[in-house]
Amino acid sequence: MTDTKSSALDKPESQLRAIWSQFRSHKGALFGLAVLTLLVAFVVLGPLLWQPPKLTVVEAIKSKNLGPSLKFPLGTDQIGRDMLSRMILAGKVSLAVGFVAMAIAIFFGTFIGVLAGYFKRLDGPLMRLTDMFLALPLIPLLLVMVMLFRDKVAALIGPELGAFTLIVFAIGITSWMQAARIVRGEVLALKEREYVLAARSIGTPPRRVILRHILPNIVSPIMVAATLGIAEAIITESVLSFLGLGFPPDFPTWGRLLFDGLQYMQLYPERVIWPGLAISLTVLAVNYIGDGLRDALDPRVRGR
Amino acid sequence: MRLKTALLGAAASMVLAGAAFADRGTDGELKLTFPQAVSIMNPYLSGGTKDIWASSMVVEPMAGIDPQGNLIPKLAVEIPTLENGGISADMTSITWKLKPGLLWSDGTPVTADDAVFTAAYCMDPAGGCSQATKYEGVKSVEAVDASTVKVTFEAPKPNPYTAFVGALSPILQKKQFEACTGAAAPTCTDANNMPIGTGPFMVTAMTINDTVALAANPNYRDAALPAFATAVIKGGGDAEGSARAVMETGEFDYAWNTQIPPDSQAAMTAAGKGQFVVAFGTLVERLEMNTTDPSPDLPEGERSTAKHPHPILSDIKVRTALSKAIDRSILVEVGYGAGGKPTCNVIPGPDAWASDNTGCIAQDMEGAKALLDEAGWKDSDGDGIRDKDGKKLHILYQTTVNPIRQDFQALIKDWWTELGVEVELKAIDPGVFFGGDPGSPDTFQKFYADVEMYANNSDTPDPEVYLGQYQCKNAPTPESQWQGENINRFCDPAYDAMIAELAGTTDIAKRQELAKKLNDMVTKDSMIVVPLVHRGTLSAHSNTLGGVVMNAWDTELWNIADWYRVK
Amino acid sequence: MLTFTLRRLLLAIPTLLAISLVIFLLVDLAPGSPMSEIPLTVPPDVRQRMIEAMGADQPVFVRYVLWLRQFFWVEPAQVINHWFGTDFAAGEQRILSWQSRSPVFTVIGQRLPQTLTVIGTAYLVGILIALPIGIYSAYRQYSVFDQLGTLFAMIGFSVPTFFSGTLFIIIFAVWLGWFPTKYDTMMEVTDWESFLKQLRQMALPVLTLGLANAATISRYMRSSMLENMVQDYVRTARAKGMREKTVVLKHVLRNSLIPVVTVIALGIPSIFGGAIITENLFGVNGIGAALILAIHASDLPMVQTLAFIFAVLIVVFNLIADILYGLLDPRIRYD
Repeated sequence: MTDTKSSALDKPESQLRAIWSQFRSHKGALFGLAVLTLLVAFVVLGPLLWQPPKLTVVEAIKSKNLGPSLKFPLGTDQIGRDMLSRMILAGKVSLAVGFVAMAIAIFFGTFIGVLAGYFKRLDGPLMRLTDMFLALPLIPLLLVMVMLFRDKVAALIGPELGAFTLIVFAIGITSWMQAARIVRGEVLALKEREYVLAARSIGTPPRRVILRHILPNIVSPIMVAATLGIAEAIITESVLSFLGLGFPPDFPTWGRLLFDGLQYMQLYPERVIWPGLAISLTVLAVNYIGDGLRDALDPRVRGR
Repeated sequence: MRLKTALLGAAASMVLAGAAFADRGTDGELKLTFPQAVSIMNPYLSGGTKDIWASSMVVEPMAGIDPQGNLIPKLAVEIPTLENGGISADMTSITWKLKPGLLWSDGTPVTADDAVFTAAYCMDPAGGCSQATKYEGVKSVEAVDASTVKVTFEAPKPNPYTAFVGALSPILQKKQFEACTGAAAPTCTDANNMPIGTGPFMVTAMTINDTVALAANPNYRDAALPAFATAVIKGGGDAEGSARAVMETGEFDYAWNTQIPPDSQAAMTAAGKGQFVVAFGTLVERLEMNTTDPSPDLPEGERSTAKHPHPILSDIKVRTALSKAIDRSILVEVGYGAGGKPTCNVIPGPDAWASDNTGCIAQDMEGAKALLDEAGWKDSDGDGIRDKDGKKLHILYQTTVNPIRQDFQALIKDWWTELGVEVELKAIDPGVFFGGDPGSPDTFQKFYADVEMYANNSDTPDPEVYLGQYQCKNAPTPESQWQGENINRFCDPAYDAMIAELAGTTDIAKRQELAKKLNDMVTKDSMIVVPLVHRGTLSAHSNTLGGVVMNAWDTELWNIADWYRVK
Repeated sequence: MLTFTLRRLLLAIPTLLAISLVIFLLVDLAPGSPMSEIPLTVPPDVRQRMIEAMGADQPVFVRYVLWLRQFFWVEPAQVINHWFGTDFAAGEQRILSWQSRSPVFTVIGQRLPQTLTVIGTAYLVGILIALPIGIYSAYRQYSVFDQLGTLFAMIGFSVPTFFSGTLFIIIFAVWLGWFPTKYDTMMEVTDWESFLKQLRQMALPVLTLGLANAATISRYMRSSMLENMVQDYVRTARAKGMREKTVVLKHVLRNSLIPVVTVIALGIPSIFGGAIITENLFGVNGIGAALILAIHASDLPMVQTLAFIFAVLIVVFNLIADILYGLLDPRIRYD
């Protein structure tokens, strides 16, 4: 390949650029990035570009349950609300919840998993903590969290941002365990590899061993967990709304639209198709980006 | 010989009933499905409607109630009245006479002792009987002879048809439950799950919160009934799934409580396998207005108490305006279809008890706006939201999580926004909302909101107890651990006085008149309760199932003995 | 390894006790009350008496100690009595559900069989689908098969079971009429015909859950295989002239199984925990449906017992996963 040749001659590329060029060569990753950008643009720019026709209640009721048309590109729901504007509004919340909650869960999971796997003394207590969180029944936990903190958080940063913070945190705090267990398993194995042993034997401090030698090698399971995490966070949010613990009821999210559309699935299938498609596309895009990132971050693959 | 008697009996009942098409057990299996599974077959230890309906197939009261709201004898020979001497002239006692020759499903005779025992069973304070109200004010229950029971009340009782009337108050077998009184009541699992009864069916197997298997009672008093040899009640899933299993896949014959969107109702009916049936009782979906201030700025313990009247809703003009802005027929169209009717009454039925108040049916947006202007709420800063003395017209409107209620919330929010009211919506898990946990801020009794929406009903056609809820003393307060049914904290001495008058009135026409007045006092006169929709209970049955007659006043399965397979 | 196992088992006892206390406090603190499903027509004083009859008005620690005693003494005693005809703990109250007033273990006993058959089968089906897909997708990365596999997995876990389940019902039960929508828990398999009937009624829930499980596991399998395919030892093995099949299935697969084993082992307790949504949708009425019902009804004894059994299973299967690590990768040492 010409690339190899030129890089052998030129100055060594910066690491970031190398990662990007590897990432760029991954078709799926580019596709994923494009889709995700489109989705983000859809929810961010959507409200500016699309103004739903203003209807009174009576007019809205007359135009309920319509299929896609010029006036309502995605149709209307059971009380005549424009689905496109609801999808846009919902997407903003769902994407934000999905990414932030996933980030929190992955951060906690990786942090605890690495500590438990690397430091023998911490393994026991941390894993028992993980066991406990796995064993706690989710719904009472969420109910208690919301009951204790909703009003306080809302008083601090306002009801909507408060609800967002609480939901993201609630999802994050209840879904890091899987990632932690997997990361710990990987770290346990990596710790005994020759290069890690070598690094440790020359007195490299644990922080550096973890950051330089362990973390880059556990990127791939973390990526898988992250991909799964986004989908799960979006869906969990709908369960929260279903329990009345999520956003106020006039605040659509993709998960809730999907859930609400369920009872109309037979009559108006598009009602579930739109939100279902949006969630699937998000997950698919993130997955491909994850694939690309993994290849790009792995020096062995990058060198090929 | 036995066969011959049975045949004779069958022939006799054919003539008598006219509706019996077959002999007992010739129609195979009857399959019912409930969206909520049956937990226990003893109605005295359960609260859930599902359990009471299921157990009504097995255990029976002295008298039931027919679809028109009239009493019909079940185990009793006839309904005791003042005229036939069954009720004493001073109205302090009622005497029930059992039908001759009644047998329990185990073959032993039913006696007055069983009824006496049942009353004692439920009145034992340690037993935690959930139907204790049925035996309230009962001084004693005694067996006059083997087939006569006399219930004596502590004071004259204008409506003595409480104990032993309706599916909530059936008669249990003394022999089976003798060791299960008081604190031991919940420990008798076998008896509670498989009670011996007099009804058309008896339990043969039960898995808790899942399935009840039943078989025709060999000792049922009508030898030709029931037509089905066995029956099964499968529980679980949701209204949608239950309706589908009857209307589309045809797996089941009958589904109880199939409240699904009107569009889906129409589509499922079009499948041609079954039909929806509806019965209207007194269930009313309503908005309740808070007369006390729920502001979070108030110290805990004073929030939503009579100490602080509501800053906005204390004004009847505002309450009226909020009601006028709502178009109830749109709500019905969106949420219930054939299963609902617009209403302005808390007591929408039976007809003889219902007020003729229809003033709220027509939407009057302009009138509503004028009322708010009059009340001093004007949009002075031009932001589309009315204000007065620097305070915005902001309303927190809460209800439970339920797709129909969320649609209602969205619609009503639209109307109120048009009116110039800022509306904040909140939906709460029904378990928390109705749970009454004093530690939770989200219960409907605590009412930490300005307006809340839910449905309530009277469990008897006579609404005395139901209307009694709105007395001053029933307001939930921190002192009462937030228990109490007067959740609006409505307090009008004239209302309390009229309730007392109702309790002392025996003449039925006079009672009905008082009930109508009371209904008007909480609705159109004060706008404390804003009724929206008179809801029916919607069930579905297969086209191959005959004999179903819906009944809103008693168990829906009240005439299950007469159900048959259409051939 | 044996000392390690024993030490972990001993350590598990205080852990589980701590977990049980946390669960108990959590469930107790949660808003909601056992009276939430009682109709509004039942007045407050009757409700109060019902609560007293349940013992739900006792202080929380009294109830916790009672539960501990019932769980660790009365209930095992019942089992021993049943087996040996002894008479331990006679007359003592078993753990009673507040909702149905029946012993919690009776309910569990009634529900475990269908949970194990349906959810267990779905899990097995999921693994059997996932492993080959994951392995082959990784081996032929970016081939058409891999892309299809990815698509399948993405759809599998971005579509929640409440959606796919309803979809399957509409297609296979309403339109095609092949399978029933409601699971008959009282059916007994006695002959060929009833066996077929059992298979038919299991089809939809197993399909719904199996696909969701397969999606997750196949992703982990694929990523782990990819990770190992580029390792030096694989090159060495190939250089030595080993057959491709041996390289992939013996060397790479074995080393790739570590994270997959974690995922699978961690998933097994969830078989006992049931699948809340799927069970509810198809009326399988197993443990998952019981748990959600109990949570909604604030049936504390039921929630507590189920959650605790679940905790025990999680601790045990984590231990098994740890032991399997050691077997799959001898370099991992625990002593």
